[in-house]
Amino acid sequence: MVESKSSWKAWLYLSPALVLLLIFTVWPIINTVRMAFLENYSGLEAIGGRSFSIGIANFTKVISYKKFLDCLKTTVLLCVITVPVSSILALLIAVCLNSIKPLSRMLQTIFFLPYVTNSIAIGMVFAAMFNIIGNNIGSENEIITTAGIINNIIEFFGGHAVNWINAGSTYAANMTVMIIYIVWNALPFKILILLGGLQSINKQYYEAAKVDGTSRKRIFARITVPLLSPMIAYVVITGFIGGFKEYSSIVGVFGKTMGPAGADKRLNTMVGYIYDSLSLNRQGLASAAALILFAIILLVTLVNLYVSKKKVHY
Amino acid sequence: MKIDENITMHQQDMQKVSVRQKVVKILVQVALYAFLILMAIIVLFPFYWMINSSLKTLDEYRLSVPTFWPHVVMWENYVNAFNTANLGRLFFNTMYVGIVSTILSLVITVLSAFAFARLEFKGKNILFAGLLATMMIPGELFTITNYGTVSAWGWLDSYRVLIVPFLVSVFYIYLLRQNFLQIPNELYLAAKVDGTSDLKYLWKVMIPLALPTLISITILKMMGAWNSYVWPNLVTRKEKYRLITNGLRNAFTETTGDVNYPQQMAAVALVSIPLFLVFIFLRKYIMKGVSRSGIKG
Repeated sequence: MVESKSSWKAWLYLSPALVLLLIFTVWPIINTVRMAFLENYSGLEAIGGRSFSIGIANFTKVISYKKFLDCLKTTVLLCVITVPVSSILALLIAVCLNSIKPLSRMLQTIFFLPYVTNSIAIGMVFAAMFNIIGNNIGSENEIITTAGIINNIIEFFGGHAVNWINAGSTYAANMTVMIIYIVWNALPFKILILLGGLQSINKQYYEAAKVDGTSRKRIFARITVPLLSPMIAYVVITGFIGGFKEYSSIVGVFGKTMGPAGADKRLNTMVGYIYDSLSLNRQGLASAAALILFAIILLVTLVNLYVSKKKVHY
Repeated sequence: MKIDENITMHQQDMQKVSVRQKVVKILVQVALYAFLILMAIIVLFPFYWMINSSLKTLDEYRLSVPTFWPHVVMWENYVNAFNTANLGRLFFNTMYVGIVSTILSLVITVLSAFAFARLEFKGKNILFAGLLATMMIPGELFTITNYGTVSAWGWLDSYRVLIVPFLVSVFYIYLLRQNFLQIPNELYLAAKVDGTSDLKYLWKVMIPLALPTLISITILKMMGAWNSYVWPNLVTRKEKYRLITNGLRNAFTETTGDVNYPQQMAAVALVSIPLFLVFIFLRKYIMKGVSRSGIKG
């Protein structure tokens, strides 16, 4: 009775969501595939009445562009460095947080703070911290200079100042800044998840280990990590998915030029490439790049799931 | 005698061991705190530096030996930043878009989640699985076509272009559906017997019971409006419709060199502080929502 009556009602309740999803989710999926396989597709030219032949030229073109390969390189580098670093650091912090009592709540709140920030805004703060004022040192109109607070700290400990993000800085220096910022930004979510996992581990395991006189190291490797492995897998997978879509943190630090002065687009990422192609009205290339990005994310996720299936203890 | 000696020696050994254990325990605790406090300082440092810089004069900021608290506190920087970046307009736009899209989004999400959780219809499970599958696709893939769609409709530079495309979130529907499923079905059937309408039941029973999830969704949605950059940047050219993040980035295009950092940092602080306030007051809901979502903005 209830079933037959509520059928039309269900569709009524679902209709607003379904209409919007059809327009803004389902159609884009179909259309992206369509545009990706129409050679050199451009929305503007399509309106002008041009027709496009079907083929895989967009894909071969994208892959052969040095610009795209550079974006791919930057994205992959950022991913393979920041995901492990932030995951291990978050694990250490979470384990430490879990084994202290006083100040624990306050520290938890502090570690969560970077999450509730605007990645563009705080990117600008990082730029300020690494920036050197006064590129025209030695010239006639030399200005009073600060080497930037990070360089001040490095010099305080006896190191040499580095040109991190200013004109003439190296790719390695730029990447270091981005890695520090991305790790800083990625920590809160990972700590939150891992700490939640730690708190749900049954205390009996630890008590049993204590009775047996097991060492701390062994407890960590044999109890904590295995029982936490589903959360670790989750954190790593979402880390990779987010990492391959890195974009706005770089806009935050370097601005829309995506690189230091004189080296525009040097730190461009895959998502950045997609938007660049879109703004040049080359939707065919943008779609092909987006599909490649999707394929990479899917592949990395599947590999991660495969590995965790072997290693994760549920 | 000898046996006694042995016993006392043994006791001493035991005492030594337990003293050693205590010392190790204390050392470990000290090490833990040292590590955590060091990390906390690193985490907090950018915020401190933002505030510190935002209150300095430009000359003091440029000093080659940094000062760790401004000699002269320049509150004027905040006034200047507010005017330079036209933050008033940006705040208003962001709040407007955030509130309208949150309300509409909640209505759509509640109705859909109710249909998926309580009503029976053909193809329900396939439809739900299909929706979940779309969650795997990176948003950039949709943006390409959606930009074309909204331009074709002449929606560029308007509020609706910032609101409508993001009203439905499959993830929120999923989250709320899971919550609705925990509410016993008997309640619904009893309400049906009493002749209560679906909507009244939703309003009187389901929504109050699922309130924490709805609050989490609201906060995440508002934070999304506050932090969104790419889409607003793409679809708004006119100052009139800009959102806070774009306005901030556009007002201060220079990131390196000799720019007016104190003023820039003041603007950044003005944009960040509302988020901190929300966080302080609604910490529980944010952390709960985030731990289940795994998304940022």
